[in-house]
Amino acid sequence: MPKLPSPPLPKALRPAPRRPGEPDEKQATTPIEVAADAGISVVDWIDERTSLSGGIRWMMFRKVPRGINWFYTLGSATMFAFLNQAVTGVFLAMYYRPDAAGGAYESVRYLTDQAFLGQLVRAMHKWGASVMIILIFMHMARVFFFGAYKYPRELTWIIGVVLLILTMAMGFTGYLLPFDQRSYWATIVGVNINGTGPFLGPYLSDFLRAGPEFGATTLSRFYAIHMMLIPGLIAALIGAHLYLVSKLGISAPPWIKAQEEPELRQTTL
Amino acid sequence: MADRHKEGSKSKYTLDRQMPGAFEGETVTRRRFMTGVTHGAGAVAAMAFTLPALGFAIGPLFSRLPWSWQPIGPPEDFTDTTYTTKVIQIVQGIGEAGNSIAYVRKRDPAIDTEPLDQYNHWVALSSRCMHLGCPVRFVAAAERFICPCHGGVYDFRGMVVGGPPVRPLDRFYTRYNTSTGLVELGPRYSVNSELQRFSPRDPGQPLDGIGQYLYPPRFDTASLTSR
Ligand code: HEM
Ligand code: FES
Repeated sequence: MPKLPSPPLPKALRPAPRRPGEPDEKQATTPIEVAADAGISVVDWIDERTSLSGGIRWMMFRKVPRGINWFYTLGSATMFAFLNQAVTGVFLAMYYRPDAAGGAYESVRYLTDQAFLGQLVRAMHKWGASVMIILIFMHMARVFFFGAYKYPRELTWIIGVVLLILTMAMGFTGYLLPFDQRSYWATIVGVNINGTGPFLGPYLSDFLRAGPEFGATTLSRFYAIHMMLIPGLIAALIGAHLYLVSKLGISAPPWIKAQEEPELRQTTL
Repeated sequence: MADRHKEGSKSKYTLDRQMPGAFEGETVTRRRFMTGVTHGAGAVAAMAFTLPALGFAIGPLFSRLPWSWQPIGPPEDFTDTTYTTKVIQIVQGIGEAGNSIAYVRKRDPAIDTEPLDQYNHWVALSSRCMHLGCPVRFVAAAERFICPCHGGVYDFRGMVVGGPPVRPLDRFYTRYNTSTGLVELGPRYSVNSELQRFSPRDPGQPLDGIGQYLYPPRFDTASLTSR
């Protein structure tokens, strides 16, 4: 039976060493052992063809500095809020109709009042949107107050800023979709705020509305931006963000003193 | 590798550089040629879908809003002492979301000091607030237009008297159609604080002083002559 190279597991989880007199390879006998072996060989089959386990181990079993605490989980919390939005959003899209002549509002009403669990899924998406905004700001505050944006993590911060802007653009485009009075007028006001930018503002608001007036395609334009364009960008940028976090290693909290590392002080190697 | 940098190998002819398969007069190596062709083909393929998509997304900046003269009622409907509320259509095909409201009254020479022409025998104000676009309401008792969003207030002529709006309420051209005997409402236009006409701008864009230069007009807007 081929074996995965074992990850740095805690002692309790490591398989016990072979006792004297025991056979080299223990044969799987109980159904649970057989099932576990089957699972391992499937994973091995994939890993032999992709070498994915190296990347996964690089990401999941990386070294972290002493003293990290719960504040370091805010980034992952933001990511799970995003995943929640992505999953619930896909299911909302199965009912939603971006029809400005009244169909959009009716489809949301049907989804909320009639569809099985529709109210729950919609509420998860709606409340999750606020949760994601709160978490992203808390994560940014953590990074700021811990000074974790400093060299060499500036690019991580810059990607974070783009993620913040995209997340807020998600909020803006999503707000229109229920197409009730509040959505409609909030979007009118939001588009006109864009329009007050000098020189380019008027063109920006024409772009957002798809024309000089709030028209037939404004809603479908917002819908396409909300459910395809921005989520794709966010997913890709989260990937880049996490790559940098793993590549550079997470920063230590500011109150942890740098350790004396004699080898690093050597001038010749 | 090292002899690559020798003087003699700098000749532009591949033959001089002793490349296998080189022929007389050839200056571009095959590797270089293939690299160029591949990059070029990649660029063409990428442009083939990005340029049309970009043009499609940006196209609306140049779009013209179809506008026809809409009948809004016989002249008897309108007095010069108060406004009549008329529902008008701005965008076709999206039901109520495409409608807006115009407040219309007869011109009163005593207060309407802007020059009279064939298009303003009736004063038609747009209900769109010139702060950020919420719908203003005419409060007859106060003779004021009041905005529900951020407290914008306009007087009887649509001039700003309070709150954040940056210019007077937009207006519509009006005319009398002799064949139907009805008053008709034409395209929207914007005005500055002297009630000079400008092509329609979005709310929030002032038209006094440098405002008219900071907020350029659209490339192409509804024109008065279109039927
Ligand atoms: C969709 C939004 C975001 C997601 C999913 C996300 C995710 C993460 C995760 C999982 C980490 C690992 C460490 C931790 O959780 O503290 C991290 C680190 C980091 N994030 Fe974000 N983040 C987001 C937005 C932002 C924003 C808005 C900023 C700042 C403008 C930012 C700047 C950083 C920086 C500089 C680090 C490195 C921190 C360190 O090495 O100590 N991120 N991010
Ligand atoms: S939109 Fe009317 S005051 Fe702000």
